[in-house]
Amino acid sequence: MTYLAKPKLHHPDLQKNALGFTRRDYEGPVSTLCAGCGHDSISAAIVRACFELDLPPHRIAKLSGIGCSSKTPTYFLGASHGFNSVHGRMPSVLTGANLANRELIYLGVSGDGDSASIGIGQFAHAMRRGVNMVYIVENNGVYGLTKGQFSATSDKGAKSKRGVVNSDEAIDLVGMALQLGATFVARSFSGDKAQLVPLIEAALKHEGAAFIDCISPCVAFNNHEGSTKSFDFVREHNEAVNALDLMIPRGEITADYAPGTVEMVTQHDGSVLRLRKLHPEYDVHDRIGALTYMQERHAAGEMVTGLLYVDPNPRDMHAHLKTVETPLNALDDAALVPGAKALEAINASLR
Amino acid sequence: MLQQVDRVEGLQRVNDFVVKFANVNGSGSASANSLFARAVLRMGVASTPRNIFPSNIQGLPTWYEVRVSEAGHLGARGGGVDLMVAMNPQTWDEDVRSIVPGGYLFYDNTKPMPASKFREDIIVLGVPLTEMSNAAYSDPRQRQLFKNIVGLGALATLLDMDVPAIEQLLSDQFKGRDKLIAANVQALHMGIDWVKANMEHPIGLRMRKANTVGDRIFIEGNAAAALGAVYGGATVCAWYPITPSSSLAEAFIRYTSRMRLDRATGKNKVAIVQAEDELASIGMVIGAAWNGARAFTATSGPGISLMQEFIGLAYFAEIPAVIMDVQRSGPSTGMPTRTQQTDILSCAYASHGDTKHVLLIPEDPHECFEFGALAFDLADRLQTPIFVMLDLEIGMNERLCQPFTWDDNRKMDRGKVMTAADLDAGKTFGRYLDVDGDGITYRTYPGTHPSKGAFFTRGTSKNRMARYSEEGADYQENMDRLLKKHRTARKFVPPAILTKAAEPTKLGAIYFGSTSAPMSEADEILTQEQGVTLDLLRLRGFPFGEEVEAFIAEHDKVFVIEQNRDAQMRSLLINELEIDPKKLIKILHYDGTPITARFIAGGIGERLELDKIVPLRKVVS
Repeated sequence: MTYLAKPKLHHPDLQKNALGFTRRDYEGPVSTLCAGCGHDSISAAIVRACFELDLPPHRIAKLSGIGCSSKTPTYFLGASHGFNSVHGRMPSVLTGANLANRELIYLGVSGDGDSASIGIGQFAHAMRRGVNMVYIVENNGVYGLTKGQFSATSDKGAKSKRGVVNSDEAIDLVGMALQLGATFVARSFSGDKAQLVPLIEAALKHEGAAFIDCISPCVAFNNHEGSTKSFDFVREHNEAVNALDLMIPRGEITADYAPGTVEMVTQHDGSVLRLRKLHPEYDVHDRIGALTYMQERHAAGEMVTGLLYVDPNPRDMHAHLKTVETPLNALDDAALVPGAKALEAINASLR
Repeated sequence: MLQQVDRVEGLQRVNDFVVKFANVNGSGSASANSLFARAVLRMGVASTPRNIFPSNIQGLPTWYEVRVSEAGHLGARGGGVDLMVAMNPQTWDEDVRSIVPGGYLFYDNTKPMPASKFREDIIVLGVPLTEMSNAAYSDPRQRQLFKNIVGLGALATLLDMDVPAIEQLLSDQFKGRDKLIAANVQALHMGIDWVKANMEHPIGLRMRKANTVGDRIFIEGNAAAALGAVYGGATVCAWYPITPSSSLAEAFIRYTSRMRLDRATGKNKVAIVQAEDELASIGMVIGAAWNGARAFTATSGPGISLMQEFIGLAYFAEIPAVIMDVQRSGPSTGMPTRTQQTDILSCAYASHGDTKHVLLIPEDPHECFEFGALAFDLADRLQTPIFVMLDLEIGMNERLCQPFTWDDNRKMDRGKVMTAADLDAGKTFGRYLDVDGDGITYRTYPGTHPSKGAFFTRGTSKNRMARYSEEGADYQENMDRLLKKHRTARKFVPPAILTKAAEPTKLGAIYFGSTSAPMSEADEILTQEQGVTLDLLRLRGFPFGEEVEAFIAEHDKVFVIEQNRDAQMRSLLINELEIDPKKLIKILHYDGTPITARFIAGGIGERLELDKIVPLRKVVS
């Protein structure tokens, strides 16, 4: 239960990061999701990514909407401020929070119902504004809390637990994010921690709109035969285009790989993405190519995963708005209030 | 046509009349019209213009009505037009009909009109504006624009206005562009000269210099509220265009582009986002305010409807948010360009579940500025949404009002915020822990402290320590504390303003917002013409203070004057103060035009007649 905190006592030999925190310091209370839920694996991946990146937990703000996925921010980063907002409206709340203080890291957690159905408008607009954030959709194709209705990412032809066949086209959030100008787009699978953790790490270091569509099977309502979001189905159809390691350079990075097999991408903050190419022809900087590739592979019945697109030098919303470097919430009276003399001049101009 | 001047005796009025300009939307008349209103002010006489416009960009009729009143009446007068400047053939018949007997019709007589198009009981003033303008200018746009200025010159002469004052206004308006000034002055004199050479002037309506304007200023309420937001320290504005509030956000953009520019870096000490809809606007405001910025949105009734769910979140999770609502006629799209006070209940009780919100209700641009700034202090102090309730009548019309003032010693009240130092000093932090007993709890901004003070904000129920809880006792304690906080808000909301009648009376009137100016005038009419004396109480906010309860208790009958169909404020008074409904008498105006003194005085007079209440003065005399 959420009000049950985990024991504070840690094993003395637990590994510490550069800030002196253990992994436990990035955790939250015990999850109340179903045993085996894919979402808990994503929470664990977030904990690990933040620990490994030596992020101060209190400098992260975690925001979500409503639904199973949106409950998860309670279960990680207990020392961070969190905001469980309104169904489908996390993107606007996160956008506002980001406007107020550009110095924190914003982690938005949402689900397929929250982002692709009720919140598709806000999802789209946050992407096109280039809000500096990590936006993770924990995508299980189903409404869990209301007991198993299809969501807008359910594939056409997929079968519900009750045997109903979905006749509507699925919304592909990755395709939308690519089209709408997200500068970091990835897809992963909650069951593939080796792929997911570095993707979250790279997204956290990305200074623009980073989107990860994470297929996360629902053990209660969408893990049966005929589902296209079950553990078995995803394992069988998962086709990764690359494998990623994130490196924080502490000296010069030298690499010796066979030509064409590895690409090093240096992001704006200096972090380096080492991409081992699994499909040599796939170009991670080609937005239009990525869209075409995704559609082709989808038509062939594959689920493409990995880092699908990255712009190493993104411009974010603050760059568009030309806001000052000081967080807006830290500006004081002297910086904000023009004063009596300026007002007298305005009065004079209005007579 | 000029012969008619001899037949009809025209109205004779000095510094007290109504001029109405009938125009075609998009014809460039707005600037000349505004010059007319300002020229009246420069002569030391109060003038109050009103834009009457359709939901349209080009082609449909618009009107600009100016009330000239040396007595200082700023409300709409009602009861016909003294001088109609009929420049729109589309509305000619209607415009001619609206002139009072003995009134004047000013028109462009370049093209002859059949006699049937006029009335015999009015005075017709024809001036060949198009002919003059076409002769002087070749460019079609110039012809159109300068025609308006030629007309202004003609009108100024007919009304005996101060020409140097208009010339001064032109040179103020086009400061630094000397050619443009000269061209406008030339056009102005074209009209002046023609009237001097061809017409009897001045007419029976005329201007005389006076000294009743003083140091008052002339501005739209929306601009004033936006300036209030600048002075209130707002750094985030998220909005979605909607009439009649768009000009508020746009004024904020205009003011901040100068006043919030960091000159050293060329960057902005403000973030303004035109959101995809009203849901996103209020979401951004809530996110920014949660994170410690002062944030607001500007909207109108339909926007308030869309924001309901989020407003409930801000109330329940206790997040400051400022919502400036410029009210228009509803429901649905209603009459989007017409005024009403129609969101009182939908704002006071916005959202599902049990909610009550704080409202600030300005009477004019001066208070739009005051409350526009105050709203941010109240939002932070009370950690809840604050509604500033303008209406189209105040928001989109220039209005004479007291100058803005600011005390440089005033500091933003950021409310109860626990800092890293407080947490290090060992202060107990519980987000919903009522340590001071006033219902207002402490909050921390995200990112404050490495190990203390973090909490989870949610719309679900929680206990005092902000942990998720479905315990009935936790929920109820929280709801009761929110009620206590709402009671605490009474101390912070601007109190109602009482105007006592010259002699004791058991009759009272409650009013608010843009009803203020016509109410003062109605009070004069009632006293002078009907011998009725009223004590007046102008509400300026909700929750209601003790002075409101006392006022109602001290009077036998209280008229509640509102600009909506359902007497929303009366319902709020009855519901919140448990007043006997019979005691509160509705006076309701809701046709989309601004309420007038004549309407109020007439309505109160009728009710008194019906109820056979004999005014005290009549009993005594």
